[in-house]
Amino acid sequence: MDEEDIVTKYILEVKDLTKEFPGVIALDNVSLHVKLGEIHAVIGENGAGKSTLMKILSGVYPYGTYKGRVIIDGSERHFRNVRESEEAGVAIIYQELALANNLSIAENIYLGTSKGSKYGIINWDQKNHEASEWIRYVGLEEQPSTIVMDLGVGKQQLVEIAKALSKKAKILILDEPTAALTENEVEHLANILRDLKKKGITSIFISHKIQEVLKISDTVTVIRDGKTINTLSNYELNEKGIISMMVGRDFSHRFPERKYQKTDQLIMEVKNWKLAKPKSLDKYVFKDINFKLYRGEILGITGLMGAGRTELVNSLFGVYGGETSGEIYVCGQKVMIKTPEDAIRRGIGLLTEDRKRFGLNLSGSIRSNISLASIAKFSKYGYINENKEIRECEKYVDSLKIKMTSLDNLITKLSGGNQQKVILARWLMVNPTILLVDEPTRGIDVGAKYEIYILMDALLKNGIGIVMVTSELPEALSMSDRVLIMREGRLVKEFDNNNLTEEIIMKYATGSD
Amino acid sequence: MQLGVIKIENDKKFQIKELILKKNVKKESRSSILSLRKINWRPYAMVIALAVIAIFFQINTNGIFLRARNFSILMRQMSIIGIITLGMALLIISGNFDLAAGSTVALAGGVAAVMQVWYGWNTLSSVLIGVLVGGLLGTWQGFWVAYRKIPSFIVTLGGLTMFRGIYLVITKGITITPLTKSFTFFAQGFVPKNLGMALAIFSCLVYTVLVIQGTASKKNYGIKPDSVIIMICKIVLVSGIIILTVIMMNYYLGIPIPVIIMLVIALLLNFISIKTVFGRNLYAIGGNIEAARFSGINIKKTIMIMFVIMGALCALSGILLTGRLDGATASAGTMFELDAIAACVIGGTSLKGGKGSISMAIIGALVMASLDNGMSLMNISSYAQYIIKGLVLILAVWFDVAAGQKNE
Ligand SMILES: Nc1ncnc2c1ncn2[C@@H]1O[C@H](COP(=O)(O)OP(=O)(O)OP(=O)(O)O)[C@@H](O)[C@H]1O
Ligand SMILES: [Mg+2]
Repeated sequence: MDEEDIVTKYILEVKDLTKEFPGVIALDNVSLHVKLGEIHAVIGENGAGKSTLMKILSGVYPYGTYKGRVIIDGSERHFRNVRESEEAGVAIIYQELALANNLSIAENIYLGTSKGSKYGIINWDQKNHEASEWIRYVGLEEQPSTIVMDLGVGKQQLVEIAKALSKKAKILILDEPTAALTENEVEHLANILRDLKKKGITSIFISHKIQEVLKISDTVTVIRDGKTINTLSNYELNEKGIISMMVGRDFSHRFPERKYQKTDQLIMEVKNWKLAKPKSLDKYVFKDINFKLYRGEILGITGLMGAGRTELVNSLFGVYGGETSGEIYVCGQKVMIKTPEDAIRRGIGLLTEDRKRFGLNLSGSIRSNISLASIAKFSKYGYINENKEIRECEKYVDSLKIKMTSLDNLITKLSGGNQQKVILARWLMVNPTILLVDEPTRGIDVGAKYEIYILMDALLKNGIGIVMVTSELPEALSMSDRVLIMREGRLVKEFDNNNLTEEIIMKYATGSD
Repeated sequence: MQLGVIKIENDKKFQIKELILKKNVKKESRSSILSLRKINWRPYAMVIALAVIAIFFQINTNGIFLRARNFSILMRQMSIIGIITLGMALLIISGNFDLAAGSTVALAGGVAAVMQVWYGWNTLSSVLIGVLVGGLLGTWQGFWVAYRKIPSFIVTLGGLTMFRGIYLVITKGITITPLTKSFTFFAQGFVPKNLGMALAIFSCLVYTVLVIQGTASKKNYGIKPDSVIIMICKIVLVSGIIILTVIMMNYYLGIPIPVIIMLVIALLLNFISIKTVFGRNLYAIGGNIEAARFSGINIKKTIMIMFVIMGALCALSGILLTGRLDGATASAGTMFELDAIAACVIGGTSLKGGKGSISMAIIGALVMASLDNGMSLMNISSYAQYIIKGLVLILAVWFDVAAGQKNE
């Protein structure tokens, strides 16, 4: 092949890219070659440098803050900001959603573009009309005027996609778009990407879900410790191969064997639990919820998005809008949980689903984020013993393998997956008897997932019970003792986890039984 | 093919990985020495800015600015707004404001003056009732913000006019004067020179002991303490500043009492903000109130307490102001809140909440006070002073934003 040929073949080339943050080399001579019109997956462990690479491509880290070359359509580009990259046809959806929560879907889609406005006055009828096409294209049923805050994370993700598409991009970059999506939605997204491919639009996406990468992508690039390990075509790949390239060693099992088994000691019982919507008592978010949790068990709760799973665990933790009714017993004692404070006092912890909104204090350090819920443990008469706090935090950083340079760095300096681990560390530190986890491994790489599963198992040894809300069916099947399925605010089925399959679960979750 | 290599040479790969890691570590330390980015530049920038301002005024006032007498006056001027600034910094860190600070100053100081002048109360009782009034006003505001979820901007905007109105109703707009000697002594008096020096030396000793103890405690917990050199530098620097300041003050009449009061409060609040659960909660609430809630922090109580503290600090400031003016005047404390907020912002407190520190806020207050004092010495008209102070505020924040972006 001669030079000419190669130049025209790739729509995007990245050559010898190096990016340093103070104290960290995030990218170390990375290269990436993306062909026109392909679906290109970029995978790698938490902190491997994937998001950093994408932020360079989209001008978030401007030219001059990195070394190396970015070539689009054969010509070298020096993006100084996001607008310039958008003009060059690059649109990106960030890992941390960047929507304006208080604006409508349509407003979000057209945020920052001035097209369609005359003398700076926006024609909202026209905008809403245009927006509704994109909204339908990504499979949302909401009105364009729906406020984004009222959507769940999954749907917000779809809004982000609609927004990126509306920019008429040539290259669409998606940083972990599927982390918050259910399987149906992932399938839907895959169809969108395939459709875009037909229209000649190239997609680059990051994901920790290997199965999905194999299913959707044409080409896969693996990054490890800031270096490109390999780029392979889809047919050359299998799950095991990808994983071992990612982690740099052989990795045969995605899920550990459960070492500690369920006992028959009851620690929590929920009876006739119901949450009525605020102001309209006859409408409910969920009702007739009855379940028991035993010491040493993982109780999986699964279902489609919007089935009320998150609302359920939040309400058990004392966070709800509306009226609850029913009874909760913890260790045989009837309890009233009105605030998270009450819940924590009763030994309940909750790892929330939306880590940016409900979990992270983005202006705080890693240390203050880890110890946030258990600061009382390190203090006497309100005085914090910081040394003790640091020691404890270090323990969790080690056991969760959080990749960082210093506990006193801002949490924003961590990669997405490592931020998730920080929040997990927060709840482990509380040392709860009942741990509610809502999508605990979202955005976490396979290696780290494995470690988190082992940790959960180890927690069971101490006699705690875990309620795990998850959309990842393999996770539910491999880790839980029992699986509850929720649909439209009700528990429709409870299974002991033997001979259970994804098909059976899906049947009940979708209501096609 | 590639995969095979990885599988077979598993161990070797691991060794390689370790080597890579080691290499990275080496690079890391080098890059941290080379690049200034890793250092938190803010304190240095503030000190440099302060030095530039001082030199500028020193030159343009023919050397009056840094004379002992002027230095003493400057510090005394600063202390009254400084006390409010300290509380305001914590309040802003928690994601709130107090626009009623100036009116609280007036009302609390006014009540204290009224008690003494009209009803003949002794100084101690008048001061106590003043602080109590401040605390009550804080409670009022805290109640609406914390328990009724009204934005602090609105509640304190209401307080701004309400409290001043109440003050004017009580005093009917006349100046309440004269106060007793002991009342004005708080604001106008000085610590005897020998006692001041003894205090300074004592503080240096305490600081040294604390540093050494801190190191020992770190070692106890297996945390790497600062190196001996850094420890010595810290002690020398801090002791140096303390002793020099006191020598300078003693050249004139000694340390002004309001300055001592402000410093004690600064130390206390600094301690609270860094070392206590309450302080940590303020940062957490300002940083992400939802995350704080989900972590079981009692947001209402924390915000309430913060407003009470703020009210009490405003009262203290009001009492000092009344003492300095030897009476409560109708316009006492107007615009104090704005000066305090400006000082906080110049000191790097983020108005979005969650970020900032007491030590930087006090430097911010010092910058503001220096500008006031220096410009007055230069005979710049008070109208022009307003303009310049406004500009400085905007420039300081712009500098912050620009530098922050670079840091990214
Ligand atoms: N703003 C920043 N300041 C300092 N270090 C950073 C910053 N952003 C990222 N890093 C560091 O750069 C490395 C790569 O981070 P990046 O976010 O690209 O990882 P990632 O591959 O996207 O991981 P994940 O799968 O967890 O999202 C990490 O070690 C991270 O701590
Ligand atoms: Mg990432």
